[in-house]
Amino acid sequence: MVWVNALVQGLLLGGLFALFATGLSLAFGVMKFVNLAHGDLAILGAFLAVSTTATLDISPWLALLVVVPVMAALGYLLQRYFFNYTIGDNPLPSILVTFGLGVVIQNALLERYSADSRGLDAGSVETASIKLTDGISIGWLPLIVLLVAVGVLVGLQLFVSRTRLGRAFRATSDDPVTARLMGVNDRNVYAVVMAIAFATVAVAGVFLGIRQTFGPSDGPAQLLVGFEAVVIGGLGSLWGTLLGGAIIGVAQTVGNQVDVETGWLSGPLLGHLIFLLVLVFKPNGLLGRSRRTS
Amino acid sequence: MSLLEIDGLSAGYGDFQALFDVSLTVDEGATLAIIGANGAGKTTLLRTIAGIVPATAGSVRFGGHDLLGVPAHRRVGLGVAMVPEGRALFPSLTVRENLEIGAYSKRPGTWTVQKVVEVFPLLERLLGRPSDVLSGGEQQAVAIGRALMANPRLILLDEVSLGLAPIVVKQVYAALPAIAAAGTTALVVEQDIAQATAVADHLICLLEGRVSLEGPPAELSRDDIAAAYFGLAHTPSTEAR
Amino acid sequence: MSPVDARPATPAPGAYRISRSGIDATVGTIVFAAAAVVLALAPWWDADAGLRTKLIPILLYLSLAQMWNLLAGFAGLVSVGQQMFVGVGMYALLSFAEDQGLDPYLSVPLCGLVAVLLSVPVAALAFRLKAGYFAIGTWVIAEVVRLFVNEWGYLGGGTVRGLTPATLGSYSKATRQDVTFWLALALAVGATLVVVAVLRSRVGLALRAVRDSESGARGLGVDATRTKVLVWLIAAFWTGCTGAVILLNTTSTRSDSAFSVSQWTALVIFVVVIGGVGSTTGPIFGVIVYFALDQLLDNADTWRFIVLGTIAALFAVVAPTGLYGLIQKWKPLQFFPVRRTLVARQPQ
Repeated sequence: MVWVNALVQGLLLGGLFALFATGLSLAFGVMKFVNLAHGDLAILGAFLAVSTTATLDISPWLALLVVVPVMAALGYLLQRYFFNYTIGDNPLPSILVTFGLGVVIQNALLERYSADSRGLDAGSVETASIKLTDGISIGWLPLIVLLVAVGVLVGLQLFVSRTRLGRAFRATSDDPVTARLMGVNDRNVYAVVMAIAFATVAVAGVFLGIRQTFGPSDGPAQLLVGFEAVVIGGLGSLWGTLLGGAIIGVAQTVGNQVDVETGWLSGPLLGHLIFLLVLVFKPNGLLGRSRRTS
Repeated sequence: MSLLEIDGLSAGYGDFQALFDVSLTVDEGATLAIIGANGAGKTTLLRTIAGIVPATAGSVRFGGHDLLGVPAHRRVGLGVAMVPEGRALFPSLTVRENLEIGAYSKRPGTWTVQKVVEVFPLLERLLGRPSDVLSGGEQQAVAIGRALMANPRLILLDEVSLGLAPIVVKQVYAALPAIAAAGTTALVVEQDIAQATAVADHLICLLEGRVSLEGPPAELSRDDIAAAYFGLAHTPSTEAR
Repeated sequence: MSPVDARPATPAPGAYRISRSGIDATVGTIVFAAAAVVLALAPWWDADAGLRTKLIPILLYLSLAQMWNLLAGFAGLVSVGQQMFVGVGMYALLSFAEDQGLDPYLSVPLCGLVAVLLSVPVAALAFRLKAGYFAIGTWVIAEVVRLFVNEWGYLGGGTVRGLTPATLGSYSKATRQDVTFWLALALAVGATLVVVAVLRSRVGLALRAVRDSESGARGLGVDATRTKVLVWLIAAFWTGCTGAVILLNTTSTRSDSAFSVSQWTALVIFVVVIGGVGSTTGPIFGVIVYFALDQLLDNADTWRFIVLGTIAALFAVVAPTGLYGLIQKWKPLQFFPVRRTLVARQPQ
């Protein structure tokens, strides 16, 4: 029963990971851009929520209304006037720029907020749960996070496949020069994509902050998890990201359970090992489209 | 009434200059054929008009507007649409979606998916298919249709016969009268001289980035054209610039 | 109009040769050699080791930087996981010196070998990824190694471990200072020489070809994968040795700091980017900037990262060839004889 519970909790956790990884997957899918600061951006979102809730004396849920637009605007501007200059055949500049940005964010947060662990207080929903059976409860918060994650992914998938702008995303990702011949402003498309990525990662960051305590240096751990979810699920597939998130989530909870029982292994380690296995046997990921590797 | 006026245009790719001081005029509703050997600069000329290759000197005026100051993605809205060399369809989009994205600039006009299908009936059953599984001729039809969806005043056709069987080329060119009938001006880059002279009101030959011959096809002899095409010494029957 | 035959006349055989040096490279090499010699004699003119204590971290960073630059700037392998070899080098030293009783100084190359052994399966995994995903992939693998070391009781990674007086006791403090400094100097100078040697060799030519166009290079028969693996192994070895000497300098560590991505990779990347990725002198310039900045900021940890990180991020976009590149724009100088130029032979 303990293991079934671990599985259930893992799936719920997977929702958070999938939500977090969505921005990473989208940015890579449309513009082959790997954002090494993605994890730190989630933490930035969480700390912005800390300041917002403190200054405006509102709950973290309302703080989202401030944090998400601010982060989206930041993402748009950064992409439009800075990151866009790194898009191209040479992968080095985008890796270096985002890596540098991540380190700067981490240390700036350290300076501003100190290394103390923080949390976001969302009230009773944090502990409220639905009891399924003895030994298995579904917390309301993880459930909400999972539903939001699925909602965002479904929404994005529909947006990309059914709308005019979504068509522009796909066309730009195929061939930005010909897209311009259609009237698509590729520089603007990239900026909108990054705005969406920043928005989703901000939501993920706030949920993370509600769910657990966090500190300025927690970004990289999130980045690695998100990256693993994307690779396991398959590059270029939003559904794959959901699946990948679920797998990593389950790996973490099951791994932690193993750790409790045997003192060996740990949640994150099991996640990393599964990632390496997928890398060896299925480098395109479980749902990856081979047209879009690397 | 001239729609397109190019004066002293030079353009190229970084260190490599492909066009040298090219000048030409196209009247509204006319079809201009551009011929020349590989590397003569025909595609570069179209790309410069479309805006995806930067000009280094000269001017391009379209309907009275200076076009060179306008970024490529805005030129479509002004009425310039291109059918790129090699078709360049979007593999992630279906045939219908490829046509629909042609209308991205929302330029007002009469072209719709339905009307494109009337011009290219073969597309009717292909609308839902992914665009990368089509044959060359089918892709060419989609590419032309995609450009028409932008309701262009000027359509740029770059080597539409490339890689296609002669019978397919005939089918593709059979659509050209419908385009001309709509009043659209066309610039047609063609390797096949016979095809070019058949559709054109006016002909221009490029040689190593410069205009080597121009005039209405009726007034140009085969020898004139061959000489201008290959850059041979020749006594012209009409004045070649 | 008649066509003009504009093709240049074919040169006579033997009319040209490949030159690798010039007066600038010769001067640069001499200056470098002189600096190395002067520093080697430091125990005599810096008796209280005041300057040497400050220099050791700089020299070690230069060693790491040259290796990271070799991977990223020349072989196109942007690794964010080199800290795994640093950590492995440290723990290998602990194992050899403390647990096995080997001489700590002589064990340094062995630590490099352990790093190389690890680098082989790592390459087998990581090379399946490209570019940005390769970068994160190496980071993930470094994390796995860190977690393993953490869990492995034998290595005691979770707690602080150090080189004990029992191991180091046979050497006097002065000797330890001297030897550690010389090792750091040897690593820094050696790393630079290794990079220069690789670039001057056929491997270097292959690297340049692959960097310009991998498919083109493969078409010419260059085994791009083998070239990259070779460079990867060299970098792993040298980074592992550097890790061991880092431990000799700090004498104690724990897994968090041994495998710290901030400490051993972020700073290294910033240093190389600012100095100039893809040039042999770039890391040297970068390390000098780091040193100067550290003095200015009085070793403030977070600000060091914020300033260097911001400069590096800006440089990556506006000055991708770094300080070295900016100097090149002013005057095309090279400081080491690595470039190949076609030079006309003087007629006999």
